[in-house]
Amino acid sequence: MKIVVPLKQVPDLVEDLELNDDGTGLDYEYLKMKLNEWDDHALEEAILTKEAGDAEVIAVALDGEDVDKMLFTALAKGADKAVKITGANPYAGNHEMARVLANAISGMSPDLVLVGVQSAGDSDGWLAPLLAAHLGMPSVSVVTGLQVSGNTATVHKEYSGGIMAEFDVDLPGVIGIQAARQTPRYAPVSKVRQIQQSATIEEVAAGDLGDVVTSTVEEMKHPEKGGGAKMLSDVEEIVEVLKEKGVA
Amino acid sequence: MGDILVVAEHLNGQLDEATFELIGMANGLGNTVVALIGGTDEMVSQLGAASKVVKVDAAADFNPETYGAALGAVADAVNPQVVLTTGSSMGMELANSLSAQKSWPLAVAATGVSANGSVKAEAALFGGKIIATTDLGSGPCIVAVVGGSAPADAGRKEGSPAVETVDAPAGAGKVHFKKLIMPESADVDITTKDVLVAIGRGIGSKDDIEVAEELAEALDAAVAASRPIIDAGWLPKSRQVGKSGLKVKPKVYIALGISGAPEHLEGMKNSSTIIAINSDKNAPIFDVAHYGMVADLFDVVEELTEALD
Ligand SMILES: Cc1cc2nc3c(=O)[nH]c(=O)nc-3n(C[C@H](O)[C@H](O)[C@H](O)COP(=O)(O)OP(=O)(O)OC[C@H]3O[C@@H](n4cnc5c(N)ncnc54)[C@H](O)[C@@H]3O)c2cc1C
Ligand SMILES: Nc1ncnc2c1ncn2[C@@H]1O[C@H](COP(=O)(O)O)[C@@H](O)[C@H]1O
Repeated sequence: MKIVVPLKQVPDLVEDLELNDDGTGLDYEYLKMKLNEWDDHALEEAILTKEAGDAEVIAVALDGEDVDKMLFTALAKGADKAVKITGANPYAGNHEMARVLANAISGMSPDLVLVGVQSAGDSDGWLAPLLAAHLGMPSVSVVTGLQVSGNTATVHKEYSGGIMAEFDVDLPGVIGIQAARQTPRYAPVSKVRQIQQSATIEEVAAGDLGDVVTSTVEEMKHPEKGGGAKMLSDVEEIVEVLKEKGVA
Repeated sequence: MGDILVVAEHLNGQLDEATFELIGMANGLGNTVVALIGGTDEMVSQLGAASKVVKVDAAADFNPETYGAALGAVADAVNPQVVLTTGSSMGMELANSLSAQKSWPLAVAATGVSANGSVKAEAALFGGKIIATTDLGSGPCIVAVVGGSAPADAGRKEGSPAVETVDAPAGAGKVHFKKLIMPESADVDITTKDVLVAIGRGIGSKDDIEVAEELAEALDAAVAASRPIIDAGWLPKSRQVGKSGLKVKPKVYIALGISGAPEHLEGMKNSSTIIAINSDKNAPIFDVAHYGMVADLFDVVEELTEALD
């Protein structure tokens, strides 16, 4: 069983997000980046699946700032192999990213590709279904439960109000993970450093992208403030509001 | 303008509110055609605000693979300029599937759409911290719209428009529906409470939920939560507010350490009064809250609980 997990870095949303000079995107030069939290769940689910049976977990990422550290961290957590795709734009939209990843992943002949259901900043779709289309594989997204048995993955897809559906997916397939069975594990810095000294990251070239369907982000801005919340400065004022609304 | 194809959505035998929101939006853009996959005649009779309904007689099994194949066939029959889907679990699958099948450009997380020559979508990205405008060209194209982005009443009208039936092509047959799983019954029904004390990742640890519980007790409220709290297993799913959780409309919603991601706002932005406490002055929750305080929630909550006792 071979499980491929694409990993992507996204801006840390707790920080201020600076825009580029022409206001068409973020200014990535000064952004603090971190692993997309849903990719972390996909990686966790892959490692748990490996621990429950017998699988090889391959972490894949587009080359970019701090990507080596992200991949070594994935190895420290339990991935078996790390692959870096060179010559592609790590900030590209998901249609382009799906094409790049499909080129690299198809040669790996995976049984299962686990992808974070979404990432902060997705503007042109979800990676999992777009990647699945290029790979000619079935896919289901918004999955919180995954059980692999032979050539079948049994998944729970979430709808609203806590309603879910169970599907069997014939493998190979691509699953968009919403949440792993347990909180993603943490890799201690010492272990990452140790891995960094012994492990190597394989490199593959992005290859030909052909025609990629795009929608163009022509403007990005911060939401307009004002009209928003009346800001309070002490607890007394909150009590006042609660009294006024008749709940305290 | 060409036709606007709205993909209706239903679950558990009922049309989703978002369907009416989309029809209202679409009517502002052009001629509205509604695609209903796996739905009933009773549902068709609620789609009077559309000019036409295309019905696909597929099993109501919400299988993204078969629904995707069906939507591809509908798109061939209708040849729309814009396809609008919801931003839900199913709506997003269909939007992506159609984009992949037809090579039509797609914009997601949209809160508004315009079509003057070229189709443009406005979207809330990066957890709601950035507003982006996307150009989708002159069409055909696809836009997935966040629930609650337009009034549902504008798209709600009884009566059945002309109905055309399209045969569902077989999908690839690799995804098999087994069953729907209904939520377990809850100890507390957060949808009926006048006051909710909602906690987010800012609460930090499971043990600290206690301070929120004490505040809730002082207000005869229930504790609700954002998704990460549920995913961590700290509270049951029945306490989750948002897109994949419950929609709530209490008199007062107190958001503690919740950033205000669009998926959370979908579940609570219609609360009568929203009070948000967050240490990040730029947290998007302050854009929908009526009252806000930039502070460490722990500093505020204990003092507040004491003041109420
Ligand atoms: C398909 C899908 C469905 C989803 N459905 C839902 C859903 O139903 N409900 C939902 O909530 N989310 C949902 N999400 C997740 C959503 O995208 C966000 O990840 C989530 O809402 C973030 O939760 P949060 O605000 O608690 O955490 P964060 O975004 O991490 O925010 C934590 C906030 O706490 C603040 N903070 C930290 N410490 C303190 C402190 N001591 N005092 C005060 N403030 C502090 C920070 O400034 C920050 O703003 C869904 C996602 C997907 C992909
Ligand atoms: N859970 C994780 N799994 C893999 N890589 C991670 C994880 N958390 C952080 N990283 C990466 O480690 C680097 C430092 O992360 P941090 O300092 O935690 O923000 C960044 O390159 C992150 O993308």
